[in-house]
Amino acid sequence: MTRAAVRSAGRLAWPVVAIAVVAIAVLVLPLVALVARAPWAELPELLASSAVLEALVLSFGTAILATLLCLVLGIPLAALVAHAEAWPTLPRRLLRAAVTVPLVLPPVVGGIALLMLLGRRGLIGEWLDRAFGITVPFTTGAVVLAQVFVALPFLVFAVEGALRSSDRRTEAAAATLGASRWQVFRHVTLPIVAPGVAAGGVLCFTRALGEFGATITFAGSLPGTTRTLPIASYLAMQTDPDEAVALALLLLAVSIAVLLTLRDRWLPGATA
Amino acid sequence: MIRGFGASLRPRDIRAARSARAARSARASRASRDSALLGAAACLAVALTGCAAPTAADGDAGGPAASGDTSANLASAEITVLAAASLTEAFDELVTRFEAANPAVEVTLGYGGSGALATQVVEGAPADVFASAAEPPMQQVVDAGDALDPVVFATNTLELVVPAGNAAGVSGLDDLANPDLRIALCDESVPCGAASAKLLANEGVVAAPDTLESDVKAVLTKVSLGEVDTALVYRTDVEAAEGDVEGIEIAAAAKVVNRYPIAAITTPGTNDGAAEARAAAAFVAFVTGDEGRETLDAFGFGAP
Amino acid sequence: MTGRDQAADAAGRPGLVVDVSLSYGATRIAAAFDVRPGHPLAIIGPNGAGKSSIIAAVAGLVPLDAGEVSIGSRRVDALPPERRRVGVVFQDYVLFPHLSVRDNVAFAARMRGSRAAARAAAEPWLERYDLVGLADRLPSELSGGQRQRAALARALAADPDVLLLDEPMSALDVEVRDEMRAELATHVREFGGATVLVTHSPADAATLADSVLVLEGGAVTQRGTLAELRAAPATPYVRRMLAASDA
Repeated sequence: MTRAAVRSAGRLAWPVVAIAVVAIAVLVLPLVALVARAPWAELPELLASSAVLEALVLSFGTAILATLLCLVLGIPLAALVAHAEAWPTLPRRLLRAAVTVPLVLPPVVGGIALLMLLGRRGLIGEWLDRAFGITVPFTTGAVVLAQVFVALPFLVFAVEGALRSSDRRTEAAAATLGASRWQVFRHVTLPIVAPGVAAGGVLCFTRALGEFGATITFAGSLPGTTRTLPIASYLAMQTDPDEAVALALLLLAVSIAVLLTLRDRWLPGATA
Repeated sequence: MIRGFGASLRPRDIRAARSARAARSARASRASRDSALLGAAACLAVALTGCAAPTAADGDAGGPAASGDTSANLASAEITVLAAASLTEAFDELVTRFEAANPAVEVTLGYGGSGALATQVVEGAPADVFASAAEPPMQQVVDAGDALDPVVFATNTLELVVPAGNAAGVSGLDDLANPDLRIALCDESVPCGAASAKLLANEGVVAAPDTLESDVKAVLTKVSLGEVDTALVYRTDVEAAEGDVEGIEIAAAAKVVNRYPIAAITTPGTNDGAAEARAAAAFVAFVTGDEGRETLDAFGFGAP
Repeated sequence: MTGRDQAADAAGRPGLVVDVSLSYGATRIAAAFDVRPGHPLAIIGPNGAGKSSIIAAVAGLVPLDAGEVSIGSRRVDALPPERRRVGVVFQDYVLFPHLSVRDNVAFAARMRGSRAAARAAAEPWLERYDLVGLADRLPSELSGGQRQRAALARALAADPDVLLLDEPMSALDVEVRDEMRAELATHVREFGGATVLVTHSPADAATLADSVLVLEGGAVTQRGTLAELRAAPATPYVRRMLAASDA
């Protein structure tokens, strides 16, 4: 019997189901309320404004860039984290903590940390400013950096999970067939963890798209340059809650659409 | 310095306020029972001299005139005060003084952009007092039926602010139009931003901001960190951040005055917390009274 | 050079000399043996004896504590696996799950050249191992016997000097084992180079190997032909093993 057949034949105890239903309510009911409260009649008008479109384009552009950066940086990092299994306890834990910290840190604090590093008086930022006249905060690049900071762990852990569950002997097999370490990574490791990479990329993208705290702290908020959808939504809350809800709805719709479309094609477990 | 950083909605404050609210309905009945018990005990203790004093003090706790000596008689209560970000330092001090004068009352403070706070109050956030940095957000709360008779208790004007040393050599409002300078302003959706826009329009300056922040403290932090060369903030914020930043007074700013209203929140159906309602009224009276005026003055707020 | 040509020139292939000690967890393993081309050696022993560790060491997949591995005149123990020219058929075969049978067989050539050239080079091997009809399938779509053929073709297409087989029959259903064993024996003979087989089955050793090395608890306890072992079993394990296979 296949694993899938065994899984579907198993039955869950009713308290598990009951609590799971509560959990679903916790996750879904706020969104239902958001949809229910949405000013549907004015929605087209609210969303067609140039300010909204500007924020939408900016959000998409930065989130895509941030995801690409996360892929470039995160896959090797995931390989290192998976490899670190064989390391002594302390460096292994330190590495894992470094990857985990952005997940537990309030994003606003992450934004402050980025300022301390790359701000005009920051550790690196001061030198960048003096030597090259480059200032990072308040630029679209700063938005991307803030998004990478908060989204990278999602990618790393998704890919690391895929690496751990893959048969590492395939890499040994490739080596005996003449593959160098880089060729092993490129032709064997990477394709085998591709579903994990795709899943991580999707998570990374949606996290980047929703990023608020680190962005407003590090990059500021200027329409067309740094004011992404979440920031626009937050500012709209100050004066026009309807507009804020409309923007939030847009963000929600985009995230759900991305998760749904990529799910079937890429995420593990979706196809036989 | 970091406290005001872009955090109009401070989750921790709001959460604390919420749990205070949750605890309150349970505690309210206990509190009134406690005070009844206390009253009875007091009567027993002073049986020979009579039992009239507490009743007399009860009646006038809410009126502005009562701001002085009656507050010590407030029953045990926890109240939540939501105040505009620009009031941070002044209200920290005011609450300390108020609590010293009223040991039975515990005040939870939440700061944020006035507009965001108004939305929270209308959406049912557990607030007993709301102090706004401008009149429109307060009007939003009044229109929703959550507050009666707001009182203007302070005024504020804008000032240019630069990092200590003023490395960019900012000298006047015109510098805000210089695209080579790094400039932060409040977003127009918050009171300091609306005032800034009005001031700039009055003077015919087309600003070239690098960021439009969600509250005035976020603007100020970017100045004190040296991330921007100049910004427009309230006079009071410059005083609060003295040392990290320098203010540059602008004559034209006197024509754009921000008026700060305060009101007790009267959410219908929650009159079970009578002790809280009285404490809230006493707090409003305290802020608008002599000691409040004196404190606000010390922090640079103008008289209404 | 085609697969047919390579398989034909068995006479020129080098022998294998192994004298190693290594650690596997708490177990210390030491073994010394040499294998002549065309005379396969079976390493036989109970589970946990360290059999697979020895062939992993020969392939360069686990580090040595000390010792040497030489192939002909080449000393290879300091070389990484990709430079040893040691082909391995792993237990459960470990085919690349994301590649078709054709691309699995073409893998070694692909590491040295273009995809098109590698696929062309794989073609004679697919024919030889009766995989042409299966070339576009993924490993997950093959039977156990088909996987074994694909794994063997993949290893031999790399033109190795030495072939290592780790429990090649254990992943097969019992009904097809005899047939597949005979087929494997033919292919090993055709390869003609130095071959080491790890197994716990005397039947595998009898069909696939000329001589046997018994490994127990990390140490060599007996060596010789199966007939020699039968005549004078050196340990209770050897006696039991042979008795069980005769039954």
